[in-house]
Amino acid sequence: MEIPPAMAARATPAEQGSSVIRSFLQKKSSGRMADGVFAGLMLICALAIFGIVVLILLMLIDQSRLSIHAFGLRFFINRVWDPVTGKFGALPFLYGTVLSSLLAVCMAVPLALAVAIFLLDVCPRALRGPISFLTELLAAIPSVVYGLWGIFVLAPIIRDYVGPVLIRYLGWTGLFVAPDFGVGMFTAGVILAIMIFPVISSISRDVMRVVPVSQREGVLALGATRWEMLRIGVLRNARMGIIGSVILGLGRALGETMAVTMVIGNHPGMEKNLLAPGYTLASVIANEFTEATGDLYLSALIEIGLALFLVTIVVNAVARLMVWAVTRGNPGSVQS
Amino acid sequence: MGVDIRVEGLNAWYGSTHTLKDVSLHIPANHVTALIGPSGCGKSTFVRCLNRMHETNPIARAEGTVRMGDLDIYKDATPVEIRRRVGMVFQRPNPFPTMSIYDNVASGLKLNGFRRKRILDEVVERSLRQAALWDEVKDDLKKKSGASISGGQQQRLCIARALAVDPEVLLMDEPASALDPVSTAKIEDLIFKLKSQYTIVIVTHNMQQAARVAEKTGFFLMGRLVEFDATTKIFTNPSDKRTEDYITGRFG
Amino acid sequence: MSMQQSSQPGSAPVRSQSLERMIRLRRSATNHLVTGVAIVSTIVVLTPLVAILGYLLLKGASSLNLAFFTRPPMPVGMPGGGMANAIAGSAAVLGLASLLGIPVGIGAGVYLAEYARGTRRGAIVRFTADVLNGVPSIVMGIVAYALLVAPEHHFSGMAGGVALAIMMVPTVARTTEEMLALVPNPVREAAFGLGIPKWRTVLSVSLRTASPGIITGCMLAFARVAGETAPLLFTAFGNQFWSFDLNQPIAALPLQIFVYAVSPYDEWHRLAWAGALVLMVMIMASVTLVRIFADRGVLKGGS
Repeated sequence: MEIPPAMAARATPAEQGSSVIRSFLQKKSSGRMADGVFAGLMLICALAIFGIVVLILLMLIDQSRLSIHAFGLRFFINRVWDPVTGKFGALPFLYGTVLSSLLAVCMAVPLALAVAIFLLDVCPRALRGPISFLTELLAAIPSVVYGLWGIFVLAPIIRDYVGPVLIRYLGWTGLFVAPDFGVGMFTAGVILAIMIFPVISSISRDVMRVVPVSQREGVLALGATRWEMLRIGVLRNARMGIIGSVILGLGRALGETMAVTMVIGNHPGMEKNLLAPGYTLASVIANEFTEATGDLYLSALIEIGLALFLVTIVVNAVARLMVWAVTRGNPGSVQS
Repeated sequence: MGVDIRVEGLNAWYGSTHTLKDVSLHIPANHVTALIGPSGCGKSTFVRCLNRMHETNPIARAEGTVRMGDLDIYKDATPVEIRRRVGMVFQRPNPFPTMSIYDNVASGLKLNGFRRKRILDEVVERSLRQAALWDEVKDDLKKKSGASISGGQQQRLCIARALAVDPEVLLMDEPASALDPVSTAKIEDLIFKLKSQYTIVIVTHNMQQAARVAEKTGFFLMGRLVEFDATTKIFTNPSDKRTEDYITGRFG
Repeated sequence: MSMQQSSQPGSAPVRSQSLERMIRLRRSATNHLVTGVAIVSTIVVLTPLVAILGYLLLKGASSLNLAFFTRPPMPVGMPGGGMANAIAGSAAVLGLASLLGIPVGIGAGVYLAEYARGTRRGAIVRFTADVLNGVPSIVMGIVAYALLVAPEHHFSGMAGGVALAIMMVPTVARTTEEMLALVPNPVREAAFGLGIPKWRTVLSVSLRTASPGIITGCMLAFARVAGETAPLLFTAFGNQFWSFDLNQPIAALPLQIFVYAVSPYDEWHRLAWAGALVLMVMIMASVTLVRIFADRGVLKGGS
């Protein structure tokens, strides 16, 4: 266990270099100041996120004061929107927003879940990458491009082919009544469905993927078919998160602006007929903001923005909590 | 040259778990001291207290006195200052994956703001030679990343990185536990060569390893230092029954 | 239902064989049906994607020419205009947005991953970021309007940049956090063990190790706001002429597409398609690049 002298001598000390290093490191400050400043900066950035939310809220409340004072809560139950006489009621827009979003959710959810299941369990491994890439691409298409396509491609298709069929077979419900101009609530719903589909599909897939393999295997071991395994082993366990993903999609649809503005017809009516034009909270802001003459008009539009903000905040918060409950705060995907 | 370490009444906690209970010992300068014991006995926590790495975990806490030479490391200095004087080698090789071999070795100096290129070159070469890695990597010092070499080479790279800051103490937390026998032998060789210049503390669960490299050995059990003595004494004639049980393999 | 019936056949020993077979048939039929539905749905969903991309290529490519990239728009009725000023304007507004949004986003991500991991504070910030991510973009436009346009009494590219920057922050913050979380902790410990101060460890070790992923995230955030129109409607507002002055109304590609799409002129419709194609190609290129990087494994070789 003694050190052979030869070995000790072989270790090159390089005394000069080493003393330079030691004195440099010992003189070097501990960086406490820099550490504090840096941590502070990072904290400020994090707080900026809070700051932004608070700023948005305060700005919207401040700018919509006029309208809030003038109309109070009746603003949201008043059906008349007439800038000329200064009467502002947001009910038609509320109706249009809720109806178009619900339509979209009804169309998107079954498809999104089916695709999520397809990608998770049915799809051959080789196809999985390309298909999930394509669905992600769907999410990357800008709203205005959807709108462009909606005006020039989707709306004529619905006017010429889908509308007549709906009128003929479902006309009795009162939901589909001629004439159909192609632009209207139904077309907006279809566009929105395409737009929110990737959100619902990718997040519900993340949620389903979190279900432990043992859960599936347990069910499979009982002799279940694939569908039974999915229903009992996966869907039941991921239920909460899937509902969360649907609500996230709903939140997205509620606030979607450009595509809807371009195909919904922009007429503040409240008709049961889905083929009739409508108007949404977001699209009335987009269309009339720069033309708003008079402070009350502008204020009313900003109050609509405030409503949109509060609704989407609540919807998103609920949805996020539900998704987190399943993934346990495990960051799954940042897309939304 | 290394310094000695005097530990008095050291206690450490993780959350509410008391992991180190009233440990006192004197680690001599320029020798190898091995710490053995079953997993969870507190030996790793103990070395992590010697360079204040223990407190990087927000729920961890330590009390007591640790003197390194004349310096009371919990009173007279900040953790950063202490760690610049104490090198540490971890259980798993952890080179910086995005840095070249050269930058890995120079990181302790460069990232502390040392800019003199000529001295850096010298230090990198000397440290790699000391870690017996120079001949294997000298041709692609700046081409290969620290993560692209083999596990055993990575661990020697980590040793070179620790030596580059010219520390007075070298702490090794089971440095060979993730390595194959050949790499382990190389690391043990290295420890042998380095001990004339540094105070080395090595944690190991491998008793043969302790017997091979260390002059002094301490046996930890359930957070307490049971026995601390010359290695030969510990392995041939331990004074405590629990030490004897452990080294003869009669321990759970 | 069928599951419960068939899982207890022993309890009904008198059950006839044909009944058993019917149940088995029904279960397997349901199974095939679901598989079929899943496949058909996937095809149904991919149809509009193909349709959109197909139309973009068809209509856009036939309208693209050199003038599109080099000339500003012409007045109605005159042929040969382009969207060069809108492309330049978009670049200016997006540049400003990235300059403001990306550093704040990365900072917030660093805070979440390196300073507040596992804490309640961190969870609250993360949650707020996720919720902010869902706020409609038009609301950001209103806020930027109230903040910068109304007091100045004129529209400005700057206001547009601020609106887009706000949208980038939560996305960049969350990706940064996730990428930093992938950096193995022993790598950080190695830096601390060398006596490197925390700020330096974060910058030169954690961020550097995670940088491919973070760059990816920034590009995704960029691609996402690059196509945004709503927040620019009453901030950047649009401009028919060349302008790089961020203090004045400025043109932007998505805005121009919108204005032309809802106009009654065929010539402008043609330009709108061309613009949409250019926008999509830009966005798809960045998404595809991101995809390639992500597939390669962001942190290969991390111990």
